[in-house]
Amino acid sequence: MNGETAKMRILTVVRQVLDAEASVRVVDRRVHLDGCKLVMDTMDEYGVEEALRLRERGAEAETLVLAVGPVRMQEALRTALAMGIDRAIHVETDEWLDAIALSKVVAQVAAQERADLILCGGQQADWDSQALGAAVAERLDWPQVTWVNALELKGTTLSGRHDVEDGNESFEVELPAVVTTQQGLNEPRYPTLPNILKTKKKEVRKEGLESFGAVPKLRFVSAEIQVRGRLGKILNGKDAPAAARELVDLLRNEARVIA
Amino acid sequence: MILVLVEHNAGKVSKATYELVTAARELGREGPLAALVLGRSVAAAANEVARAVDQVLVADTPALAAYDASLWASAVAQIAREGEAHTILIAAGRGGRELSPRVAVKLDAPLLEDVTMVKDQDGELLAEHYVFLARVTERVQAGGPVVVVSVKPGVYAAALPGSEPGEQFDVDLDLPPRRVRVTARTSEQKSRVALSEADVVVSGGRGVGNAEGFTELVERLADRLGAAVGATRAVVDAGWRPYAEQVGQTGKTIQPKAYIAIGISGAVQHLSGMNKSKYIVAINKDAEAPIFKIADYGIVGDVKQIVPAIIDALRK
Repeated sequence: MNGETAKMRILTVVRQVLDAEASVRVVDRRVHLDGCKLVMDTMDEYGVEEALRLRERGAEAETLVLAVGPVRMQEALRTALAMGIDRAIHVETDEWLDAIALSKVVAQVAAQERADLILCGGQQADWDSQALGAAVAERLDWPQVTWVNALELKGTTLSGRHDVEDGNESFEVELPAVVTTQQGLNEPRYPTLPNILKTKKKEVRKEGLESFGAVPKLRFVSAEIQVRGRLGKILNGKDAPAAARELVDLLRNEARVIA
Repeated sequence: MILVLVEHNAGKVSKATYELVTAARELGREGPLAALVLGRSVAAAANEVARAVDQVLVADTPALAAYDASLWASAVAQIAREGEAHTILIAAGRGGRELSPRVAVKLDAPLLEDVTMVKDQDGELLAEHYVFLARVTERVQAGGPVVVVSVKPGVYAAALPGSEPGEQFDVDLDLPPRRVRVTARTSEQKSRVALSEADVVVSGGRGVGNAEGFTELVERLADRLGAAVGATRAVVDAGWRPYAEQVGQTGKTIQPKAYIAIGISGAVQHLSGMNKSKYIVAINKDAEAPIFKIADYGIVGDVKQIVPAIIDALRK
């Protein structure tokens, strides 16, 4: 817990990403997002919602939201504020940062803000990366719990349940800690009008990337959409036995994937 | 040294570990191939993997009796430093993906995550991985004295053990305290072949109707084919199937030789977990379902009639 006030601080980390239902456009071996529908990463949204719920269930907490990235990230910050988060920090940069480099910024902001709990999405929908939460935890020398689907806070003890490779585990951990969130943890709320109006008065602090010393660890080479040619042999199933026989024949003798 | 972290369960080394061995051999980098075995009573796993690598480093200690991301990362980083590893390969399952970032931070190394291809290019590593919910293939490059790589299971062929076992060494570790306490554990062990190791996967969605329908259609067909069973998020959320069977963004990402989707419409999040399968087979009553757009073979029809007819046809 931070020493200056009795309140704890929950830091949520968000990204504004391409909507899952929108199609991806690759031009000159780069993904282009101009004109595409963008949304707050849904995995991050569960973290924002959970921060608010932990407070509503009794935690004396200030809630913060952090985004690192281009101007479009402001939209995700505004969404989080409209959901009820207290204040926002935007580290604005157009630099292409991988999760390990990004974690350096998140960890420093968490330290400056004396955060006790960090919530971020289990996987980023734009990079398909699961590294951010764990990398931040390591930089702070905090424990991590990934892919949480139930969370409870009693004093400074966090408990809950999370998914592992072949099942799930119930856990307990003392704060400070990093938790990564996913679908099933909660049902994120829609911003209400009063909350949207309040957003205008809330602080969005801007910082430059320079002071954090975050240098990309990876070099982007190219992006392409590899369309796997699909055979598209779709049969009409009105005559079930005939269609089934034809399918089994194709799988046995054409694809050769079954015996 | 190329360091491979061994995944093992009940004395058996995972298929993904042997895939790492292949990836290591195909890297185009010099140096002995060392396998690191962490845990308690791991002699069987160490002996098994020894036949596929040059040397085996074994940390057999009560402190490592149960997996923990911080402890595992700490162990890997220490061994990598001592052995001056230039490449660290970790299987990109749930555990591997949460411990590999910690290793990268400890070693101030780049992380190539969930790669489908990795090779040396002018002293650096060039890798391919999927982004944007597995819809885009991205190439990235990373250099430096050491690079951490997590390799997507099911992409590289599993290495076959040779005849000459590599030498084994016991290693001492300075481990941090365990901070996450596991108070209960539900393991969804199944008698079938593991989802991430199967050549054929039969998977079911809401279209099978209910839990009984799932058993009647998906499990029966899977058992007939000797296949693994998969499920959509909706089916897992409804409580029809355990989480371990979930395929998709929040579940497992697999690329079997054949993925047979029964009553699955094909939400983007589900497709991201299986769209790289060699052959995709779809059975669904809705001809407009997105799954048919990426299917090689399919039948538009009532799954309750089509699937039993397939099981019947397989007998012939």
